Amino acid sequence: MGKKREVDDRFRKFGTVSFTSVTKINDFIDYLEKGKVMGSTCKNCGLAFFPPRADCYQCLQSDMEWFEVSGKGRLITYSTLKYAPVGFGDDLPYSIAILDYNAYKVFGRIDGLIPEEEIKVGMEMVTRVNRLPKGHLNYIFQKP
Amino acid sequence: MGQSAFVRGYPGSIRELAFEGYKEAMLDAQIPPKDIDASIVCSAPEYDKQRSPAGVFAEYLGLIPQPTCYLESLCSSSSMGLRLAYSLIKAGLHDVVAVIGFQKMSEISSEESQERMGRGADIQWESPFGTMMPAYYAMYARAHMEEYGTTPDDLALIRVKASTYGQINEKAVFRKPVSLEMFSDQNSPMSGPIASPLRIGDCCANADGSSCIIVASEEKARALSDKPVWILGLGAASASVNLAGRDLFTGLKVAQDAAQHAYKMAGVTPKDIDVAEVHDCFTIAEMMAYEDLGFAQPGQGTELIKGKKTYREGSIPVNIDGGLLSKGHPIGATGGSQIRTIVLQLRGEAGAMQVKDPEIGLIHNIGGVGLYGSVTILGR
Repeated sequence: MGKKREVDDRFRKFGTVSFTSVTKINDFIDYLEKGKVMGSTCKNCGLAFFPPRADCYQCLQSDMEWFEVSGKGRLITYSTLKYAPVGFGDDLPYSIAILDYNAYKVFGRIDGLIPEEEIKVGMEMVTRVNRLPKGHLNYIFQKP
Repeated sequence: MGQSAFVRGYPGSIRELAFEGYKEAMLDAQIPPKDIDASIVCSAPEYDKQRSPAGVFAEYLGLIPQPTCYLESLCSSSSMGLRLAYSLIKAGLHDVVAVIGFQKMSEISSEESQERMGRGADIQWESPFGTMMPAYYAMYARAHMEEYGTTPDDLALIRVKASTYGQINEKAVFRKPVSLEMFSDQNSPMSGPIASPLRIGDCCANADGSSCIIVASEEKARALSDKPVWILGLGAASASVNLAGRDLFTGLKVAQDAAQHAYKMAGVTPKDIDVAEVHDCFTIAEMMAYEDLGFAQPGQGTELIKGKKTYREGSIPVNIDGGLLSKGHPIGATGGSQIRTIVLQLRGEAGAMQVKDPEIGLIHNIGGVGLYGSVTILGR
């Protein structure tokens, strides 16, 4: 038997069920652990990405630096689910949504503690890290 | 062209399912398998146990040793198949190409199928939040309602129209009447919540089915048929898979882009379209299609359905075969089924669904949540 290869599979902790485990931007998970939601900016051409990525399609470089998603975004749209895909049933009901930060947008969930009738398109919200069972992490949108 | 009946739980294997649409197309074209120069098999692979179905089908349908390949672009696979067939013929490689679309979705549970469909979205950044197709389209519906004042009942009217024609389409899986009242009747399944603001009645059903389109060069087509239908325009486009990478939420950019290409190639405008098939996987999808295709100005789609302009006798009849909402949506077969309907319309062979004397028809077929867009314009 050969030596066991170390696999950096930190991304398996993203969300209720993660469908990815190995990615070059696994440090995203470490930042989540520290309470920070991060995007990436190309050091060469300055293009900003959220979700973060390892490679820049504009200048074909792979030299990125992290920036923090901070401040308020505007709620563009949302939907509250009454059915869920396999593996997400215990989370029901929950709302998925998009926040617009102008330079980029963020896709995520709305804080389940906000009653559905208080959710309004156009409202300002902030993105915060959310801890899930079994050490998993995601981010949710809350009132500022 | 041909299609199988779209059904729940097809009692046969995928090659037998493919045979049904193929048989109808071959009987229609009146040609032997040896006259098909190549085949293109279109579906979404994650529903099947068989890896690479193209070779299996080619053998079962008598299309060996001719070349075959598999093509996938989610729900728009068979429209992209038509695009590939067109280019193979235009390039002079082949004279006659069969585009075979199929999907047997019933081998997995509805929940599993939702999860797999959801994986047609961004699995790294969106699926971990628990996404599914109705919720994605619901986000577009919400944005449309906020921007233009569209109401849930405006969307329900699209389902009512679909059921009007689903009842007269013998190939449709859902053939019962649907009324607007059912959407507010708590005892009706139509009113059930699924992903706000969409209700169960706003969603199409999964189905098993197959379709087949025979595409031929101009010379061959004239020799084979006394009523050939011509490909006038082909448009296709793609967009960011992650919704965070998009700017438009009241329409589908891929549909707008694909439509622009197709209109330009065909040299026609939206006003020239006499009959259309649009990708109504959800009612909001048809509403956005009215606007994305230029049948209505942005925000004015509601007026089309309220005024019954998209009914059979209206100014722009849409989905007079019941659409995906009534027919069901066997992913890889859907585009081919839409094309078949428009060909029947242009030939004047659509029976009870026939629109009065159409000359130019349009097919709008979308893959994923506006990830791939395909618009095809046909003329007689």
